[in-house]
Amino acid sequence: MEITGDVTATCAVAALPGLAARLLHEDTTPGSPQSAESFDAYLAAAGYQDGPAGEAGAGQLLDAFEQSGLRGRGGAAFPFAVKARTVRRVARWTVPPVVVANGEEGEPASVKDRWLLRNRPHLVLDGLRLAAAVVGAERAYVYVSDPAAARSVAAAVHDAELAGRLPIPVEITVVEPAYVAGEETAAVRAINGGPAKPADKPPRPFEAGVAGRPTLVSNVETLANLPFVYRHGAAAYRQAGTAASPGTFLATITGGGRPPALYELPHGLPFRELLSLHGVDEGTVHGVLMGGYFSGLIGGSTAVDMTLDHEAVRAAGSGLGCGAVAILGENDCPVAVAASVMAYFARENAGQCGSCFNGTAAMSAVLDALRDGGATGDDLARLRRWSMVLRGRGACGTLDGAVNLAGSLLSHFPETVGRHLEGGRHLAGGCDRCAVSVFRATRPYEAEEVSLA
Amino acid sequence: MRIRLDRTVCDGFGVCAARAPGYFSLDDWGYASLSGDGEVAPGDEAAVTRAILDCPVHAVTRLAKPPWAEESGG
Repeated sequence: MEITGDVTATCAVAALPGLAARLLHEDTTPGSPQSAESFDAYLAAAGYQDGPAGEAGAGQLLDAFEQSGLRGRGGAAFPFAVKARTVRRVARWTVPPVVVANGEEGEPASVKDRWLLRNRPHLVLDGLRLAAAVVGAERAYVYVSDPAAARSVAAAVHDAELAGRLPIPVEITVVEPAYVAGEETAAVRAINGGPAKPADKPPRPFEAGVAGRPTLVSNVETLANLPFVYRHGAAAYRQAGTAASPGTFLATITGGGRPPALYELPHGLPFRELLSLHGVDEGTVHGVLMGGYFSGLIGGSTAVDMTLDHEAVRAAGSGLGCGAVAILGENDCPVAVAASVMAYFARENAGQCGSCFNGTAAMSAVLDALRDGGATGDDLARLRRWSMVLRGRGACGTLDGAVNLAGSLLSHFPETVGRHLEGGRHLAGGCDRCAVSVFRATRPYEAEEVSLA
Repeated sequence: MRIRLDRTVCDGFGVCAARAPGYFSLDDWGYASLSGDGEVAPGDEAAVTRAILDCPVHAVTRLAKPPWAEESGG
C-alpha cells in the first residue's frame, strides 16, 4: 500500500505490507490526490464512538489504556496510563485538569505529527476527547506550529463540535516552529501566554500546567492510538508490537540516498526489514542517527542487528524516541554529521540554561575542529568529559540530546574519530568519506514536507 | 525541606555551591545544578537556607510538599 501526495511531494507514506494500518489511511487509492479525512469519513469508519459513560466508564477506559501498555510517542516513551492517572490524582486535590494535544514537531528529521494533524485530524481529536474523559478535563488544547496542520485541525474541531462529538471546548494554540517549542513545558508556557520555551522542573505539567491546573500533555500520535484501544480493547491493541512496546508506530525515515518516507510499523520490526522496505542495501549502512537528533548515533553493524522497539534500541545504547531514523549516506562521515547536528543544537537551544548554551557551543567548536582536522587530543578529552558531566544539566532535553550525540560518536566510531585527529593538517583529516565530500547541513536529514493534496 | 533550582534563571554566580557544596554542583562555566533530588537533610537546612537567601537572582527556592505526594494509587 503506497500512498502518494501530489507530484511535488517526495515523502512516501505507507504501512508495512501486510500490516493493518491503525494510524495511516487505510483505503487511499495509490496515486490519488490525498486530502484530510473528513468528519463523515471518520465517523463512518466507527470513529467518535459514544461514551465512555460517567466516572465508572472513564475508570474502565483508563484501565484499558493501562492494559494496552501504550507508551508516549513524543520521544520519552512514558506509559500513557501512568501519566493520566497522576493527572487524575492531582486533580482530585486541586481543580479539574486540562488536556493538551502536543503537535509541535520541533524535530527536523520527523514529519509524523504534522502528517497526522494534516491528514487525520479527527483521529487525533477523538483521542483527545477520550484522554479528556479519563482524566476528567473540562478544557482541551491542540498545540501546533505547522500552519497547514492548524488549518486542518481548526476545520475538524468545527465539524466535530457542530455534530456534538466534542463534549468539551477545544482551543488551538499556534506558535512559531522551533526545536525547543515541542517540549511539554514549552507547550504549557505558550498556552499560558508566555514564550514557547521549556521551564525547569518541578513543577511538571501534571502538578501545575495550563492556568496552573494539573495538565496532561500528550503527543498527537499517542492520542491517535486511544480510539483503537477504546474500540477494540487492550488485547487487540497488543496484537501488534512487543510486550514492552505494544502497538504500531510512525517512523520517519530519511537519508540513505533515498527519498524520505513515513511508515507505519509494528514495534519490534527487525531494522533489516525496514531497510528492505525502504530500498536500502544493508551493506551500505555504516551508521544511523536515532530518535531525530535526540538519541545519537549507532554504528551500522549494531544497527542492522537490532529490532525497532524501545528495549532493543536502548540495549544498543540509543533510543527510538519519536521514531525518526536517519540513515547515514555512503559519503556521510559520522564526525561531520555530528558536527552539523551539534551546530544545530548550539544555534537552536532555548538560550536559557548556562550549561546548555555554553556546553553545546563548546562541543560544537570541538566537533567543527575535528571535522576539519584541527582538533587535538586535549580537545577530544574535553568533549568526552562534557559528554558525561553535562547530562541532566538543562531544564529540558536539548543538552541531553547534545551529549547523546557526542558520547555516541566517540563510543560507536572511535576509528573514524581517530582518523580525523591523526590526519592533523592533511586535507580532510585522513577520512575517506570527507576526502570525497564533506557533509554539511543546516538541518541534517530534514524530512521533506508531506503534501496535503 | 525540599528545594528547587531554576536553571533558566541561574546566572552562574556560584554562591549556592559555596554555601552548600553537597547540594549544588557547578559546570565548567560556573552554572549550577542540584546534586540530589532536592530533598534536604535536617542537619543541612541552615546551609541550604543560606544558599537560598544569598543567590543574587533567586534561582533557588523552597518547595512546599503537595498533599498528593503522600497519597498512593489513583
